[in-house]
Amino acid sequence: MLLREVGYARPSTVDEAIALLSEHDGARALAGGQTIVNVMKARAAATDVLVDLADLAELRTIGFSSDGLLEIGAMVTYTELIGSSEVEVARPILAEVAATIADVQVRNRGTVGGNVCVADPTNHLPPLFSALDATFTIRGGDGERTVSADEFFVGVYMTAVGEGELLMKVSVPPSSGEGDGFSGITIGKHGTYVVDAAANVSDESVRIAIGCVAAVPVRATAMEERLAGGDLSEDSVRAAVEGLGASLDPPSDVHGSADYRRHLAEVSAVRAVLQAAGRRKQVR
Amino acid sequence: MNAPTTSRTIAFAINGESVELEVEARRLLVHAIRDDLGLTGTHIGCDTGNCGACTVHLDGEPVKSCMLLAVQADGARIATVEGLAAEGELTPLQKAFNEHHALQCGYCTPGMLMSAAALLERNPTPTEDDVRYALQGNICRCTGYVNIVEAVVAVGGGENKA
Repeated sequence: MLLREVGYARPSTVDEAIALLSEHDGARALAGGQTIVNVMKARAAATDVLVDLADLAELRTIGFSSDGLLEIGAMVTYTELIGSSEVEVARPILAEVAATIADVQVRNRGTVGGNVCVADPTNHLPPLFSALDATFTIRGGDGERTVSADEFFVGVYMTAVGEGELLMKVSVPPSSGEGDGFSGITIGKHGTYVVDAAANVSDESVRIAIGCVAAVPVRATAMEERLAGGDLSEDSVRAAVEGLGASLDPPSDVHGSADYRRHLAEVSAVRAVLQAAGRRKQVR
Repeated sequence: MNAPTTSRTIAFAINGESVELEVEARRLLVHAIRDDLGLTGTHIGCDTGNCGACTVHLDGEPVKSCMLLAVQADGARIATVEGLAAEGELTPLQKAFNEHHALQCGYCTPGMLMSAAALLERNPTPTEDDVRYALQGNICRCTGYVNIVEAVVAVGGGENKA
């Protein structure tokens, strides 16, 4: 397919990339290209200049900060996430979920930064990072800032990353014996989610984020409060989910009505919490 | 400063041969492979990244060449289906496709072969589940999956359930 004419630059430093993004109107960062190339084919968005981040080695690393946060560079691919020993030790749920994104070819190119910056409400990582209480480091001409998942996801295809800014990394708190879970209903095995839910369970608290039911991940706060520090048996979790569906205003489309999504949100939330609870290390 | 340009000269190795091309930034890698280099074994099926007929190896890993710009392959090592039997002798994988009747119309075959070849590089003795997982990004519209999976499992010497 013939794309509209576009400018292309391949900077070798982050500063250069940020300068290119801020100097050119209609400039977009190009990570793995597994979304934006198709968007450009469909001419669904106007991109005048692509700033290819491929050569920015500092965005390709996975490591730990001095205070123990698992730091995932924005250009880390799903395949790299799946094969990372750091992820396996600190947050295996990330690899587990990444292994169900699309297919091998897409996982070889698609990136963590691309997944969250596209901010498609059906993407896997936004609700997962929300449940894991991840933070997002954004750099612009005026320096770096770090925002929470609640602040990062702004709307459909919209994030806190502004013009002339770049997502540098996503940081996930170290797991101290808590359990993580992820569940949902896809269109075909490993297809797009109709609804999904991510959960993080510790002895004191429960975090639950629902995907595909609004523009951004929705925290199931009432359910979280009912379960925090308490009984996580199946009966208790099922009782705690009551009212979650009614509190949501999901879209209706060819894959499911709003009511069906409300139902799936409750089913997915229960499954994700029970999975997370089962994986929690009992220290009592 | 590395100023944006709408075309550039790129260099990469394809099936072991070094090539240099002047391409527009908007040119998809699959078009550069098929139209600029004349390697038409790589097929365009859906042109939306779903079908996998355009699968090639980029630095040893399978990717969909309709979802990459040619400029993104600058400096890379690419392998296409033409590179499999470079000496004229079919690879064991290609022979297995023949023996197991793993193609009907053959349109998806180049992509199937490239995905399967990458799997066998990583895992020389895949199970049926491994094969199905590795071929998830390749669609056969004749729905001849059973024989395709059998062929790939057979290359690794594995037992087929079917």
